Amino acid sequence: MKADILQVRNLRVYYQTSLGPLKAVDGVTLSLKPGERFGLVGESGSGKSTLALALMRLTKPPGYIEGGQVLLDGLDLIKVSENEIRKVRLAQIALVPQGAMSSLNPVMRIKDQIIDGIKDHLKKMPGSALEERMHELLAKVELKPEMANMFPHELSGGMKQRVCLAIAISLSPKVIIADEPTSALDVVVQRQVMLTLGQVQESLGVSILLVGHDMGLMAQFVERIGVLYAGKLAEVGSVREVFKESLHPYTRLLIACPPSLEEKGQFKGIPGLPPLLLNPPSGCVFHPRCPQTTSRCSVKIPSLKEVYPGRWVACHLYTEVKR
Amino acid sequence: MTVLLEARNVTKVFSSGGLFKRKETVALENVSLSIKESSPSITGVVGETGSGKTTLARLLLGFIAPTEGKVLYKGGDLKRLSRDERLEFQREVQVIFQDPFEVYNPFYKVDHVLTTPVAKFHLARSKTQGRKLIEHALQAIGLQPEETLGRYPHQLSGGQRQRIMVARASLLKPRIILADEPVSMVDASLRATILENLRKLNQKFGISLLYITHDLTTAYQISDNIIVLYQGSVVEVGDIELVIKNPQHPYTQLLVASIPVPDPDQRWGQDSTPVLVSKTSAKVNWGCKFVGRCPFGMPICGKDPPPLFQTDGYRAVRCYLYKDASVIAGNAIGKDVGPKR
Repeated sequence: MKADILQVRNLRVYYQTSLGPLKAVDGVTLSLKPGERFGLVGESGSGKSTLALALMRLTKPPGYIEGGQVLLDGLDLIKVSENEIRKVRLAQIALVPQGAMSSLNPVMRIKDQIIDGIKDHLKKMPGSALEERMHELLAKVELKPEMANMFPHELSGGMKQRVCLAIAISLSPKVIIADEPTSALDVVVQRQVMLTLGQVQESLGVSILLVGHDMGLMAQFVERIGVLYAGKLAEVGSVREVFKESLHPYTRLLIACPPSLEEKGQFKGIPGLPPLLLNPPSGCVFHPRCPQTTSRCSVKIPSLKEVYPGRWVACHLYTEVKR
Repeated sequence: MTVLLEARNVTKVFSSGGLFKRKETVALENVSLSIKESSPSITGVVGETGSGKTTLARLLLGFIAPTEGKVLYKGGDLKRLSRDERLEFQREVQVIFQDPFEVYNPFYKVDHVLTTPVAKFHLARSKTQGRKLIEHALQAIGLQPEETLGRYPHQLSGGQRQRIMVARASLLKPRIILADEPVSMVDASLRATILENLRKLNQKFGISLLYITHDLTTAYQISDNIIVLYQGSVVEVGDIELVIKNPQHPYTQLLVASIPVPDPDQRWGQDSTPVLVSKTSAKVNWGCKFVGRCPFGMPICGKDPPPLFQTDGYRAVRCYLYKDASVIAGNAIGKDVGPKR
């Protein structure tokens, strides 16, 4: 078995507020194997984007990383100096941002935006080699060479997202974090962009952490999935197991949520509202909305435990596997 | 049978640019639809970004005037309504916008969006009566008045804000509600509640709905019939079950096949349509607009724009694959082609 490329250990990211710290990410532990596609799902406000940014140490005030470790190939990104993390970003861990529309510079040509990052990391690379690399990247994300000279406004949303993808893979990183890369696109374009992302991932052997809320997209794309609720992981497992036999009551509700083309009828929502993170409920954060709550749930916080090999769940309904 | 709201062969062209480099964008081309007075229905309008969905909504609301064709309310041209008729139109045709953040003025309490229409349309004789009306409207969609009224927009969640917009629309007892992507900015768990609210408005209060969206699954869930737009043209229209379960136009087929199914065993099929279509090369001024991406392209597709073919009783498709079927006029949509009920 290959060693994990990315290990997140007990990561905590808080936001400073006038009423005390808000625990947006509260002790998340997860790991990615080389070449693996891992999905992270949750409702808005569950802390998934905060977690994604913290992995690259891009957390901005009032947010701060309270503690924990992010080990990328053994290097703790939380501890290294600002200079060192600059060298790691893009070269080893890259981000595909949520809004491709607003993350490109509107007054810079596509080619310059792609070259920009490479130049910063490989200062000695000659201009002709840069140009060549840029064209290779465009071809990899299935963009036409003539698009190099265009400006972002001349491209459609899907194409802009491809440009962001080209930038993310420009230095062949080990891990790509894709934060809802297609949430602004319609289904046809979404499928095309995701297929390209999959092809690129396979050809480079890079690990992908896909962050999103679309359970359908997750089922189509990832191999393993983690369900985030109120800053904590509720369940982790292979995507097939989690979908076929979800353990945590929240996961079950989440999977039942999206309307399908098969049955028409009652809409299923999750009763109640996501908890206020400033003043979270006692015990299990999900217990006020949980259909299977017991007296224990409001008292004791369930820890994430391995109920059988590879399946982790944070719920009092399950007991840890005996080893 | 009277028609409430009708778009008759509507074309909208936006021109931009300066004196010398004039650029014309056809946002909608010869689109017709009608919403009948009897049998309140839910019509879904789907299409990708830039297909003209929002332009259609703005035309129907009278925010913009069509370049060609007419928008009629109860048979009268929107441009020529009298003062009273216009007021009636404004009360009876309501809208719910996509963004539940932008529609509120952050300096006013949320009550403002509810009290203004009550005052403007003289719905209540006294303040207490008006208040009661508002509380009723909120309760009807499952909101607690004491939890929502008297608060500022930032104190409410996106879902609550969007549901207040639903309450506001229903407050005026409209005949038609245009909902332009009402759930695309709220979470999946709240999406269900809002759609349920909309369906209730239709079934309980007999309000017709035009549900504009890019999300086929929710459109399928609540609509009776559907209009699929592609680059400003209607490519397929008819009964929702027929169109979604057995799509006939290659574009609709592509749309349905692209929905990510929440089941890891049911993977996306391999893409048979070209992945890359630049905006310029896809837009042809002759022939079928979809021909550049269509896997079934025939010589005729590049020559003449296809008309609508009525392939079954309740459905029409703009595609030469069905050229053996009878051709129907565009403005027959909603009259001859429509839901069974």
